[in-house]
Amino acid sequence: MSRLFMFEKPLGMRDTLPGLYETKSIARESIKSEMKCWGFQFIETPALEYYETVGTASAILDQQLFKLLDSQGHTLVLRPDMTAPIARVAASKLLKEDLPLRLAYSANVYRAQQREGGRPAEFEQIGVECIGDHTISADGEVISLLISSLREAGLPSFQISVGHIGFVQTLFQQILGTEERAQALTKFLYEKNYVGYREHVKKLSLSSIDKQRLLDFLKLRGGEEVLSFANDIIENESGREALSQLQQLWEIMVAFGEEDKMKFDLTLISHMSYYTGIVFEVYSHAVGTPIGNGGRYDLLLEKFGKATGATGFALYLDRLLEALGGLSEEAPTTCILFSDERRQEAYELAKEKRTSGEKVVLQDINGVKNIDACTSQYSDIVFLIGKAGRGS
Amino acid sequence: MKEILTIAMPKGRIFDEAVDLLREAGFKLPPEFEDSRKLIIDVEDEQFRFILAKPMDVPTYVEHGVADLGIAGKDVMLEEERDVYELLDLKISPCYLAVAGLPNTKMNDVAPKVASKYPNVAAAYFREQGEQVEIIKLNGSIELAPIIGLSDRIVDIVSTGKTLVENGLVEYERIADITSRLIVNPVSYRTKDERISEIVDKLTDVIHGVRS
Repeated sequence: MSRLFMFEKPLGMRDTLPGLYETKSIARESIKSEMKCWGFQFIETPALEYYETVGTASAILDQQLFKLLDSQGHTLVLRPDMTAPIARVAASKLLKEDLPLRLAYSANVYRAQQREGGRPAEFEQIGVECIGDHTISADGEVISLLISSLREAGLPSFQISVGHIGFVQTLFQQILGTEERAQALTKFLYEKNYVGYREHVKKLSLSSIDKQRLLDFLKLRGGEEVLSFANDIIENESGREALSQLQQLWEIMVAFGEEDKMKFDLTLISHMSYYTGIVFEVYSHAVGTPIGNGGRYDLLLEKFGKATGATGFALYLDRLLEALGGLSEEAPTTCILFSDERRQEAYELAKEKRTSGEKVVLQDINGVKNIDACTSQYSDIVFLIGKAGRGS
Repeated sequence: MKEILTIAMPKGRIFDEAVDLLREAGFKLPPEFEDSRKLIIDVEDEQFRFILAKPMDVPTYVEHGVADLGIAGKDVMLEEERDVYELLDLKISPCYLAVAGLPNTKMNDVAPKVASKYPNVAAAYFREQGEQVEIIKLNGSIELAPIIGLSDRIVDIVSTGKTLVENGLVEYERIADITSRLIVNPVSYRTKDERISEIVDKLTDVIHGVRS
């Protein structure tokens, strides 16, 4: 095996240097405090989970999981998302009273990248999960919180597209008859290959009306009017139920005065296979990929022995920072350069300034080789050098 | 005021046909468009910015969102597997991907080799057939490979078959039909949906009106 280079890191792993760290933590803290204001409680879960439980429940592709073995030979995974671990905790510990739970997290998740080493394989997600509430009010609440969080983080413009997994499933199932055929068509949606989708539909042995319904489905994008177009395409009860849920969500967003941030897109499906109802993605003009996503996952908790509904969202912090653009202004820092004789004085001064909330660096002048380079780093410099009374 | 849309265009073979198609669809592109050597061309009347990229790179620009739209061959889409919407078959620059080699030859029994500009497509194709082959990536003049003994077969696009004939090669299997596609970044598809739908509708009319 060839020797590793000293500075090399595993594929997709990144260091965060001070400037970015500060920017990241400002964004993180503003979002976290908004989530706390909405009564969501933060929790932590371990980075390692069992592959058999959380790994398989998480719906991230198998080849994207980091797997390792523990000393007993069990397969472990580095958590690829936070929703499955939180479902595990909620089902085992927190859902005793059958009351809705509002949980939040900010944590690193791990997904191995197949290509282009620059993409992060470890990245931070901030999100919430509202567990044990099956009403559309809960979906409305998490989407409103998503909007508020992004505003608090300082993102001026963004858009949320909302779809419904149940609608797609029931439409395909009803027209195509079997799950297998429905899945074949869903695969084209998932691959974003509309050319292939249309060709596939044309080849199917269906009535021309049904073919047209499947083709018209691709156009179900836009404002509230989309729901009535969708109503013309769908023929069964569960499809109408999905649409009525979206209608309710629209009314909730209108009531909150946030409907201008939201658009419907019924073609939206997610690679996260645990979603069952309303799903959404949030976009910013400045970034080529969604900065966050979420939705309702009513069957995931069942895998952990508690059948109850849940909904939530996760924001990708890195992509959000990209959307915000640039690093935050660093808070001014004072540097006190002192010599041995005036150490005590320097310490007292630093203490006083720090108490009033200033950032102060105490630096022995004998530890600095280039004084000019050192002073140019700080917004303010105090020299406490030589015998008291001399110098400045 | 319409927002500016950035469109990644492939230089070379597809470019002229793509420009003709856009003109047919009613977009006003300046007459000197084709002759320009610039890499970025702004068309203010239409609020378009065109970037001229290597065909293989078009989906990359679109995936990263620096271009909202792009025109890319299906061959490139198959090879690159980028996370972009493939919205329309523009039905221009038809050709196909094929396996070719010297006439009346078999794959080497000991170490079968295939040369291609499309290593992923070639690898996937032979893997599906259960064939164990070594894939050799080349960047051009693929026809050389079997002639000078670098590989037994090549995987390349064939439009008229003339290049194969001139180099004494024959086609063995056809892998996939290729035309150019209109591709869109997933975020642009949602945030600039009205302008993109307008373009898609205009292009759809031309494609169906003229060619079906």
